Amino acid sequence: MSENVAVVGVGHSKFGTRKDVNMAELAWESIKPALETSGIEQKDIDFFVVGYAGLGGSEAAMPSVIAEYAELSPKGSMRVEAACATGNAAIRVGYTAIKAGIADLVLVVGIEKMQESPNPTVIELIGRFGSYFWEFENFGLTFPGYYALHGTAYMMKYGATEEDFARVAVKNHYYGAKNPYAQFQKEITIETVLKSPYIAWPFKLFDCSPITDGSAAVVLASEEKVKELGIDERIWILGQGTGTGTANLSKRESFTSLASARYAAEIAYKMAKIDMDDPTKYLDGANVHDCFTAPEIIAYEDLRFCKPGEGYKMIREEQTYIGGKIPVNVDGGLKAKGHPIGATGVSQAVEAYKQLLQKAEPGRQADIKKGRWLAHNIGGTGHFAYVTIYGLEKR
Amino acid sequence: MFEQLKKNLEEFGFPVLPDEKTGELQWIDVRELKIRYIISINNIKPFFDGLRNGKLITTKCKKCGELYFPPQKDCPKCKMSEMEWVEIKREGTLETLTVIFVRPPSFGVYDPYTVAIAKLDDGPRILAWLRGDPRQVRPGQRVRVEVSRRKEGYLMYELVPI
Repeated sequence: MSENVAVVGVGHSKFGTRKDVNMAELAWESIKPALETSGIEQKDIDFFVVGYAGLGGSEAAMPSVIAEYAELSPKGSMRVEAACATGNAAIRVGYTAIKAGIADLVLVVGIEKMQESPNPTVIELIGRFGSYFWEFENFGLTFPGYYALHGTAYMMKYGATEEDFARVAVKNHYYGAKNPYAQFQKEITIETVLKSPYIAWPFKLFDCSPITDGSAAVVLASEEKVKELGIDERIWILGQGTGTGTANLSKRESFTSLASARYAAEIAYKMAKIDMDDPTKYLDGANVHDCFTAPEIIAYEDLRFCKPGEGYKMIREEQTYIGGKIPVNVDGGLKAKGHPIGATGVSQAVEAYKQLLQKAEPGRQADIKKGRWLAHNIGGTGHFAYVTIYGLEKR
Repeated sequence: MFEQLKKNLEEFGFPVLPDEKTGELQWIDVRELKIRYIISINNIKPFFDGLRNGKLITTKCKKCGELYFPPQKDCPKCKMSEMEWVEIKREGTLETLTVIFVRPPSFGVYDPYTVAIAKLDDGPRILAWLRGDPRQVRPGQRVRVEVSRRKEGYLMYELVPI
């Protein structure tokens, strides 16, 4: 078994509308650089995990498609699904395999090619990430609708406005414009958001993350392997917490917070020995699950970057820009970078690696002083929560 | 798109089309998948009998008294399956709402609709459509649960401001 697990290599495809490639080719775009940056070959991999929600893409047997195209057969594999948290869940499987001592080198690939299906079909399918009968069949909830129920509750309880939500989109597009892998590389203004059409009140088009094709990959290694291969460029997993919420939103106590995310954060902070009363003191930055604008604000609170009800003030005061209290989603987040469901959580790990090793593109590199980065990846509306803390120094 | 696809199929022999924006060549699947799920409601039949009579009937554990809505067969707290069916008071307070503008295609017959969550006076929360103008209500609004016939022809509950 290995006490510590490192991310030793990363790869990231361009996110967006990828009509130029099929699913295997899209996966290879991130697998190849992940192998190259870690300096290992396919034969060195003990096991590989594929995060793939299967939302919109044509392929069903994705690990086999990848094994064939990337020359990984006959190595063992597992497909993982946790809705929009699929990517971080895939990392969880690789991480635990190495911790348990049954693998030393694990490749984790997250992929989704949502635009292989027509938009209306994707809207239909993605609205089903809750209780199928009691929410979708009878009341036609959509994915923006689920989070809009939280956005409304948040505005009404704390006095936040649609303009506050828009500020999150403005920030994430600002950084997306500096990320060559992002789906949207264009800055926007508050007016752009406010003038866009309603999708699910109070959310408008520019409050929503897009439907995206993309892949991301990381190579995870045991402490022994890192030593054996003499890998200097790596980050360590310092802590990881997971949580699960009820299927029916009507079974929840609160709509201004996600209980599963708070639970996952507490476990991750404890494991990483971070004082959960003041976690920003320990972190250089974070990626949070901004599938819509309001959930980014709620994430600030669930992760204890501020007190409940003060998240909207953090974005108003630009505290989550580089130079603020804690930079958040400086790769554009799901909002501007795009959200290929299975790839998102892996993409967050790639970003942690780039930020901590100061390899981020000009204009979006955070100051690395504390050597820790947090990733918060949510599936459904808090149905699944994964919080992972990465660091330059092992635990 | 389908006209061009037909033409390409005849001319080139394949169901292919260049992408409208990028020109990159795409194979347009000739197989179409339709899904209709078959879901068991065998253990919650009284709930539907209740709706037919305009009532909200749900399950309560005979041992610990826990009230479940939506109704369910088993009590995980007691690990018992002896439930009684009880009527719950059809009044409560609105907690949150949204208006679904972009609808799933299977809800295409409806105009934008309001989905809301209310906390019923008896304890459970309920998610349903809210009747009326959503701009006239806010969380805290008192609501009643009413049963009405849907456009699809079946009976379902909805929330109505009092």
